[in-house]
Amino acid sequence: MDKDEIIKAREKWEAEKLKKFLEKRPERGSFRLDFGDEIYRLYTPEHLRDWNYLEKLGFPGDYPYTRGVYPTMYRGKLWTMRQYAGFATAEETNKRYKYLLERGQTGLSVAFDLPTQIGYDSDDPMALGEVGKVGVAIDTIEDMRILFNGIPLDKISTSMTINSTAAILLSMYQIIGEEQGVDSTLLRGTIQNDILKEYIARGTYIFPPQPSMRLVADAIIYCAEHIPKWNPISISGYHIREAGSTSVQEIAFTIGDGIEYVKWITKRGVDVDKFAPRLSFFFAAHNNFFEEIAKLRAARRLWAKIMKERFGAKNPRSWMLRFHTQTGGSTLTAQQPLNNIIRVTIQALAAVLGGTQSLHTNSYDEALALPTEKSVEIALRTQQIIAYESGIVDTIDPLGGSYYVEWLTDRIEEEAIKYLDKIDAMGGMTRAIESGYIQKEIADSAYKIQMKIENGERVVVGVNKFVDENEKLNIELMKVDEAVAQRQIKRLKHIRKMRDARKVEESLDALKRVAEKEEGNENNMVPYIYRCVKNYATLGEIVAALKEIFGEYRAPTVI
Amino acid sequence: MRRRILIAKVGLDGHDRGAKVVARALKNAGFEVIYTGIRQSPEQVVETAIQEDVDLIGLSCLSGAHIPLFSRVMELLKEQNVDIPVFGGGTIPPSDVSALKSMGIREVFGPGSSLKDIVAKVKEMVAK
Repeated sequence: MDKDEIIKAREKWEAEKLKKFLEKRPERGSFRLDFGDEIYRLYTPEHLRDWNYLEKLGFPGDYPYTRGVYPTMYRGKLWTMRQYAGFATAEETNKRYKYLLERGQTGLSVAFDLPTQIGYDSDDPMALGEVGKVGVAIDTIEDMRILFNGIPLDKISTSMTINSTAAILLSMYQIIGEEQGVDSTLLRGTIQNDILKEYIARGTYIFPPQPSMRLVADAIIYCAEHIPKWNPISISGYHIREAGSTSVQEIAFTIGDGIEYVKWITKRGVDVDKFAPRLSFFFAAHNNFFEEIAKLRAARRLWAKIMKERFGAKNPRSWMLRFHTQTGGSTLTAQQPLNNIIRVTIQALAAVLGGTQSLHTNSYDEALALPTEKSVEIALRTQQIIAYESGIVDTIDPLGGSYYVEWLTDRIEEEAIKYLDKIDAMGGMTRAIESGYIQKEIADSAYKIQMKIENGERVVVGVNKFVDENEKLNIELMKVDEAVAQRQIKRLKHIRKMRDARKVEESLDALKRVAEKEEGNENNMVPYIYRCVKNYATLGEIVAALKEIFGEYRAPTVI
Repeated sequence: MRRRILIAKVGLDGHDRGAKVVARALKNAGFEVIYTGIRQSPEQVVETAIQEDVDLIGLSCLSGAHIPLFSRVMELLKEQNVDIPVFGGGTIPPSDVSALKSMGIREVFGPGSSLKDIVAKVKEMVAK
């Protein structure tokens, strides 16, 4: 239909029907997205002016991948159902993995405790109170052996949320694979290994940005050569969003980080198509349903264009933005916790309609504690019900062509590009982070969102509306008891006594010597870390050795 | 004189969205606010509190390590013979609130707490 005809018809509808109706029944207010745009009453072909189907969408599995990265999407293979899990010691977590696998989970996702993520052994004074709390404690290869006991690494893919110490955990995984008789070329999984967002939002950095970027690049290049099916990085917007960013900031800063990694590695003389096909991403799914779907579609299109046009990648796999999604932890409420099941369902639907490759659904009790077996089972069942009962997986990108979703996809992409231009003008993401600009932008958004909750403009059911004044928490919560640390420390001390101290010393020395050399493909640190791990050096010892050379980072505080 | 408040992230977790939002709200309410940044040991927090001569300490922890970490802060304050009121916040289950209060923590703000509430209670705590 002719656009002019539509405009004429719309004007007629407004004059004859809408105006009178609004006089009788005014609307509830105005409607706005967090990144600033007004949401209009109605979307029509008018909002997609000069909109070219082939340019904007194309076909699934084809550039620019707006409709999805695979030609058949969920008709061929469902997303991987991958619950992020880990607590206490390797024994307890191994049991939880088996519990989830028995219930139909299709991939593993390891949560490590903070000492493991930040490079402290469980008996370090800095680890006080933190051992086994937010994830499983791993000090040596022995813990990793217990963690994957009875889990065949050639049959399952494993994602590990590990950044500063990623090369250590990757080496452990590789060695456990070898012990199981699984060749490294068959290992499938992901290390997060995204240090930039640690400085921005997540906070588990150890070293200053330069040597940290070197470690990231070393792991990516090592994987391209030795563990080719591994995703050596998961460039993460999730934590940026959870720290309070808008949807636009989430994809802009994540893609900005991605650009920085590609620049860094190509500068080392590695061809973009050698490593880019295995770059992977991680986004959040929050409550605003269509906004989240549009965000994921926009991110895919934007990344494809950047890889093809800016970096000149030739391999279509380098253009594909493959990603994991997690529902939004910060949207969960401690009040009326069962309501969270509904929030998670809505968010998970958005992730699937946005074309995710794998998904973690949060459990209803996670505003207060790590999930129990009962709560995590419901979270997993939520994914299974969406996959097998809802029918939304039966056709590809069913919201493609929706006037609203396409308008929103375009708008989010446009706004993200504005940020990316600004970051380029600042000299790239590392500079923008060091100056505190990114952190400040996120903190400003977080404060604005909190203000909207305070003044009731944003409703949070059970918190600022429909509050139950007499509510008593009536769910069972999981608790990691303090004795866990003692058990873990006992095992660590035992390993320290049993191992060949001379070999440990030698391998740590060799690591320090290579770390002192200049960054470059001939001085890749991963094989040296591998040797330390194999000789039972502890995670804390390996990090301490690197700290001697690289020093520690102190972040600027930005309120 | 403007009252000074130390907002401190004790322990290893990097979740400081809440700490920052609270710090900003207190600033807007007229307090002088010092934010430590993430990853502070109890020793560092107490040292900063004494050096900066603050009127109130707010501890934030979202890793579940609040009991051992907050109690270490309280112990150190006692050892140093300083009487600065302390409040806490984070992912703290209601069942832990009484344990925290019995170690001397004045107020505990769990998930879903409103800024209005926090600011009002902080005013009370510094007035005492």
